[in-house]
Amino acid sequence: MNVSKSYMILLFDSTSATLLAEKVLKKEGIPIKIIPVPRHISSDCGVCIRVSPQDREKIEELLADVVDRAEICVL
Amino acid sequence: MSVIYMDNAATSWPKPAETMAAINHYNDMIGGSPGRSGHRLSVDAGRCVIDAREALAELFGISNPLRIVFTGNATEALNIAIFGFLAAGDHVITSGMEHNSVMRPLRALEQQGVDVTVIPCSPRGEIDPGDVEKAIGAATRAIYLTHASNVTGTIMPIADVGAIAREKGIMFCVDAAQSAGAVPLDVEDMKIDFLAFTGHKSLFGPQGTGGFYVADGFAKNIRPIMMGGTGSRSESEEHPDFLPDKFEPGTVNGIGIAGLGAGVRFILDRGVDHIRNHEMGLTDMLILGLGEIPGVVVHGGRDARRQTTAVSFSIETVSPAAIALILDEEYQIMSRPGLQCAPAAHRTIGTFPVGTVRLSPGYFTSEDDIGRALSAIAAIAGRIVRL
Ligand SMILES: Cc1ncc(COP(=O)(O)O)c(C=O)c1O
Repeated sequence: MNVSKSYMILLFDSTSATLLAEKVLKKEGIPIKIIPVPRHISSDCGVCIRVSPQDREKIEELLADVVDRAEICVL
Repeated sequence: MSVIYMDNAATSWPKPAETMAAINHYNDMIGGSPGRSGHRLSVDAGRCVIDAREALAELFGISNPLRIVFTGNATEALNIAIFGFLAAGDHVITSGMEHNSVMRPLRALEQQGVDVTVIPCSPRGEIDPGDVEKAIGAATRAIYLTHASNVTGTIMPIADVGAIAREKGIMFCVDAAQSAGAVPLDVEDMKIDFLAFTGHKSLFGPQGTGGFYVADGFAKNIRPIMMGGTGSRSESEEHPDFLPDKFEPGTVNGIGIAGLGAGVRFILDRGVDHIRNHEMGLTDMLILGLGEIPGVVVHGGRDARRQTTAVSFSIETVSPAAIALILDEEYQIMSRPGLQCAPAAHRTIGTFPVGTVRLSPGYFTSEDDIGRALSAIAAIAGRIVRL
């Protein structure tokens, strides 16, 4: 089994966009976790979504129409 | 005898149990700052707010819930649509049935060089879309129109005016304070660019909630009238330009919005058509019953199919305030006398400056309540006739 230890972080403009994306991804059964934005990525006080890199394609497709801007960081 | 509440056009009461349950749940179990901190109570608060955005987007036919902005009420939303959009030299069109939340900002801007055309309406409160079209000129930037009058309940031909505005490429701003939740509304079908709503009337939310929808093409041309913290881009001292944060500086009314979201779900679960049918039945009974009382004059179109539940009437020779006081003190019936913050509408229907008595039943009003109100008004009118 390919257990990937790396994470992918989805960053959005606003908390509103983050939580809307959370709803969309949850509805599709994609495992996600809301976490505070890691300090080394941004000094912002907000939250971001932690996902698994293997879901990347599906996530990009699902969010394309939902939010204007999303940044993806692989950790 | 229990109170009969007939002032739903001012604010709806009672609220659905679902609204109060959501407020209590928020207070007991959530309570964090929506969209600010990263802890679970803050995230849960943010989820309540996004749920409410989604419910409102569904109700108004909006595909992207992030285009819903929360404000304290419809007045604040309309001020953003007016002060944030217009500049000296612009021409705008509005109607003779507007509430002061549109009229006062426009009159203030008139002093600063904005040209305002008020389209006269018929004494029944109706507007002719052809008159709107004729008033459009090269400098016209926006049309501000109420969806339903708060004085006569008259429903305006929003889709017709929307089509005219869209063709000319000018912003169409609709004041849905009286209609949202009570009358079907679809921003795409009706070609609405800016929809201002209030949470505490037919959307069944608490007071202190409201907001607006703004179309993609116009959001960038509207300036925020307040700036501040948004929980996003905190490293920057420049205010964000994306929705909803651009127009939501400061902590939103999380607990109120949780209640509003539940109120809108209550509407979606039943369907606006069901609510509309129930309220039309009550309005019909009220209009017909008032029409049969000697000495009572009913204003507006007197047709339940073309208005909301707001019904204005007068009894000749008695002041509206006196009637409302008797209704309250002797019959436990809550009404609203006077000009209802809409002097323009009263000029249009010929009741300025005395005003009218407005009765506005709601979803929770029964036919029995209407019957009791009609008997009370018949008794009051009878007393006058005997004098
Ligand atoms: C037609 C109309 N527009 C705007 C408003 C303003 O709503 P709010 O007082 O919630 O800002 C009201 C109600 O007061 C209204 O009836």
